[in-house]
Amino acid sequence: MAKNTGAPAKGNGSAGEKTQTTFLEAIRQALIEEMDRDPSVVMIGEDIGVYGGAFKVTAGLLERFGWERIIDTPISETAIIGAAVGMAYQGLRPVAEMQFIDFIACCFNQLTNFAAKSHYRWGAPVPMVVRGPSGGGVHGGPFHSQNPEMYFAHTPGLKVVYPATAYDAKGLLKSAIRDNNPVLFFEHKFLYRRIKEELPEEEYLVPLGKAAVKREGRDLTLISYAASLHTSLEAAETLAREGIECEVIDLRTIMPLDKETILASVAKTNKILVVHEDTRTGGVAGEIAAVVCEDAFEDLDGPILRVTSLDTPVPYSPPLEERFLPNAEKVVAAARELARY
Amino acid sequence: MAVDVIMPQMGESIFEGTITKWLKKPGDKVERDEPLFEISTDKVDAEIPAPAAGVLKEIKVGEGKTVPIQTVVGVIDAAGSASATAGAPAAPVAAPAQVPAGAPKKEEVKATPAKSPAPRAPETRAPAVERASAASASASATAPARVPTAAPGDGRRVHSSPLVRRLARESNIELDSLAESGTGAGGRISKKDIMAAIAAGRVPPAPATSGASGAAAPASAPAKPSAPGVAGAAAHVALENAVPRERIYFGKYEVQPMSVMRQKIAEHMVASKHVSPHVYSIDEADMSKVSAARAKSKDEFENNYGAKLTFMPFFLRAAVEALRAFPTVNASVDGTNVVLHREINIGVAVALENGLIVPVIRNAEEKNFLGLQRAMNDLAERARTKKLKPEEVQESTFAITNPGVFGGLMGLPVINQPNVAILGIGTIQKRAVVIEDAIAIRSMVYLTLSYDHRVVDGAIAHQFMGKLKSVLENWSEPLI
Repeated sequence: MAKNTGAPAKGNGSAGEKTQTTFLEAIRQALIEEMDRDPSVVMIGEDIGVYGGAFKVTAGLLERFGWERIIDTPISETAIIGAAVGMAYQGLRPVAEMQFIDFIACCFNQLTNFAAKSHYRWGAPVPMVVRGPSGGGVHGGPFHSQNPEMYFAHTPGLKVVYPATAYDAKGLLKSAIRDNNPVLFFEHKFLYRRIKEELPEEEYLVPLGKAAVKREGRDLTLISYAASLHTSLEAAETLAREGIECEVIDLRTIMPLDKETILASVAKTNKILVVHEDTRTGGVAGEIAAVVCEDAFEDLDGPILRVTSLDTPVPYSPPLEERFLPNAEKVVAAARELARY
Repeated sequence: MAVDVIMPQMGESIFEGTITKWLKKPGDKVERDEPLFEISTDKVDAEIPAPAAGVLKEIKVGEGKTVPIQTVVGVIDAAGSASATAGAPAAPVAAPAQVPAGAPKKEEVKATPAKSPAPRAPETRAPAVERASAASASASATAPARVPTAAPGDGRRVHSSPLVRRLARESNIELDSLAESGTGAGGRISKKDIMAAIAAGRVPPAPATSGASGAAAPASAPAKPSAPGVAGAAAHVALENAVPRERIYFGKYEVQPMSVMRQKIAEHMVASKHVSPHVYSIDEADMSKVSAARAKSKDEFENNYGAKLTFMPFFLRAAVEALRAFPTVNASVDGTNVVLHREINIGVAVALENGLIVPVIRNAEEKNFLGLQRAMNDLAERARTKKLKPEEVQESTFAITNPGVFGGLMGLPVINQPNVAILGIGTIQKRAVVIEDAIAIRSMVYLTLSYDHRVVDGAIAHQFMGKLKSVLENWSEPLI
């Protein structure tokens, strides 16, 4: 399926030498590169064409690829996903955008009962990507700040990707588009313009299902993803000054979960603390804890701890949201306790 | 196996108790946790459950007597103990009879099994003994000197973690021994603590390894290592696979977990080879005089003393003479010190089904010929019937192994630590020997000495062998 053109795709050409690329721009580059590479890749979503997307991820794509490949839709997430599944059946590789990922709940049936099970039930692959801005910390309130990844990670047949860096966002989105399974691609909106890095000139992919060790350490392991990775790295920096050396793992993909990397780190540090912005109950931290207990119980030198959002809706009030979300201070406090255990 | 019954500590401030009534007589059968005797203390009157099932062998403290806590008040002859099945000499697995210190504090609490179902908490005992001896001098004098009974690595009552317990098990460290040195939250034994203990080479208390120190493989023992246990977890750091595991399992095979004794032998052999640079010297002795003396006195010896006359006391006597002449062979090594033993305690390897044990003939230098023969017969018999006491496989200063029993011409044994030498005796057979310029038929034996070259040099070893040979070839000691 995925044929490599071999020619390095240069994005839209506006990025000069040694430029710092934002998380958002990295996603845009991935979309452009994949649409350049493969004519079967199309985009569908609300305001993605003329307006360029609510966050301007798709700015300029309509001009470049035309209205047949950049499809603006009415405000109906159900219609977007339904159409995308249909397009995938017909041989296209649609990339559907949720204006805010919170609204993906509208499409729960289409995703979990059709997209996820089509290939299993009827032998009909659904190579599609559903992407959209997720996460809190931007005072967006309960309908524009959620992290609904675990609804879908629980559904066999779906892949769930949640990058934390510009490099990974680009490489993972390209891999997601090339994957023959339905992939949900979560873009933490807090990272869109805050995270920048220099990206390679040449084309690259980041494989799905592979976590990354972002920092080596010996005393305990912080496991996180998306915005929480940066929270964890900040906490690790503080803890290092206290003599507590944390290993920091970025899951990058929630499903499939990279157990190998997790277990290797557990074998090394023997203590883990999972940090995520998703609410606590049913979050991936619980799954990780179960995996570690099952496969590496005798590597544990302390309890498996979690720093997560509270089990409440995302509050609108900034002080309450601050209380609700994990932050470096909370991670440091929990990590100290674990290190001392 | 004898299990001591102990006066329990019924409350933290209680240091003595009075036995008001024995509920069983010596010779009575008791079930584990069955009420055994009643006590009265300043705080409570209680029924004390039996620490083990078996037969009440002895009552040491009678009714109406008041004794300090931890005093052994009786002995139960426990049936079917674990150590018997292991085939090792009875390890000092004495289940303490006490109720955990401080558990029943209320007045008139009956310490029935239901209310106090854990009269086997070894961890609680050590602190209890300490407290007792601190507060009452008489208590410490009566505390039996025993090690905690938990199996190595079984640290359920000591706060640790799954990782710590695994490392302890793999390194043969008793977590109890680290109980006081935990640096984790609330005194928990952490990874750091166990790693430090491993680095410091901390080993389990001596009695726990009695099986190991008493075990040495005779050279004739087949050298094929058995497959690891199904779990694949080596019980000791010394027991590493020489090749990757995938190269071990192929074709058709059966996996047999090593018995405890086998593991101890394996550990001991690896450790000995690791620590001691072995050198081997081989000599042969003309046994004609010994054979003749034995043939002549065999029946009379057995009639007079009721003991079979074997070749073993001849070799033991010769070894004693040679060890007297060359004391560096009767030694141990401690770092840069050589420990020259004043006593000559000779361990003799006895083959058992699926293993072996090395009982020790103590003070062999003080025994006459008959004494050596009797000691040998007695130890060998009790080794085979698994009735050796732990101290009877300890404190050897030299060892003898006899591959000749199984027809071996000679064998090169592994040193039985902490000795520095081991003598191997081949089979005694008639051979054509050149004497002067004639060929004669003589009873000959090959003698081999494996020795630790850290302290024993070839010059000493060969002189030692010369002495040994000289005693055997010029045998003059009367046997009767």
